[in-house]
Amino acid sequence: MNNLLAYSDYLVAFLVLTGALFMMIGSWGLVKLPDFFTRLHAPTKASTLGMGATLLGSLIWFSLSDGSLRIHELVISLFLFLTAPVSAYMMGKAALHRNRPVIERTQDKELAARAARQEGISK
Amino acid sequence: MKRLLPMPWHSVMLLLVWLLLNGFSYGHLFLGAFLAWLIPVLTYTYVRGHPPVKRPLKMLVYILRLLKDIVVANVDVARRVLMPNRLLQPGWLAYPLSLSEAFPATVLASSVSLTPGTVSVEFSSDRSCLYIHVLHLEDAEALTGFIRQRYEQPLKEIFGC
Repeated sequence: MNNLLAYSDYLVAFLVLTGALFMMIGSWGLVKLPDFFTRLHAPTKASTLGMGATLLGSLIWFSLSDGSLRIHELVISLFLFLTAPVSAYMMGKAALHRNRPVIERTQDKELAARAARQEGISK
Repeated sequence: MKRLLPMPWHSVMLLLVWLLLNGFSYGHLFLGAFLAWLIPVLTYTYVRGHPPVKRPLKMLVYILRLLKDIVVANVDVARRVLMPNRLLQPGWLAYPLSLSEAFPATVLASSVSLTPGTVSVEFSSDRSCLYIHVLHLEDAEALTGFIRQRYEQPLKEIFGC
């Protein structure tokens, strides 16, 4: 049992550090990416994985030190995965209808105008 | 019966989660049971009419694959964030939807937002088209095909529509 605890320390440290790394990259992306829509990608993706890894580390740590499985972290991750795409969708939608500028080399830029008019596919 | 206990499985799930979160005691059993009854009664109106999950096992496979894809997509986005901006080729994509029901389309839009470097931004008003912003667009055809066979086809089977 002691051996298991020692190994789990490494696993927990790895998960928490990976989580922190991804959250940092997500926040860095929020600052350095060129326009609103590209910035939307960094927090919805990198931070989701970062939170997931950190929560998994916390789950393992507290489950082993308490000796019983804890599901708080699982529930938090579930809510995170459910809400992250919804908030990204709402922000993207708001930016689209307010005509936020995109960088020059964005491909198929005319699609943004069609999306703002909620046009279907022309048959 | 239908009005008193509209979603029995949801009620059981809610009670279980409540007890797992709070620890078992008779007080929590009572409070949890009350909430497990109240919440489905209040929310039933919004859920009614959605197509039910017809293939629960396929749903499980879908969720596991989605989790794996989330990890892969996250590493990919993190790599693109660390690369210089001038290498980035963002783009818009109009994805032709063949799912028409509201709930499966929402699941698809959320999956797309969580995975391959894409964020769903808007539906067309007739729900024939999902507009997606792509962080790094190389081949629009290939991406459309990928979303179609990896997410939309399985969802159609799961919800049987």
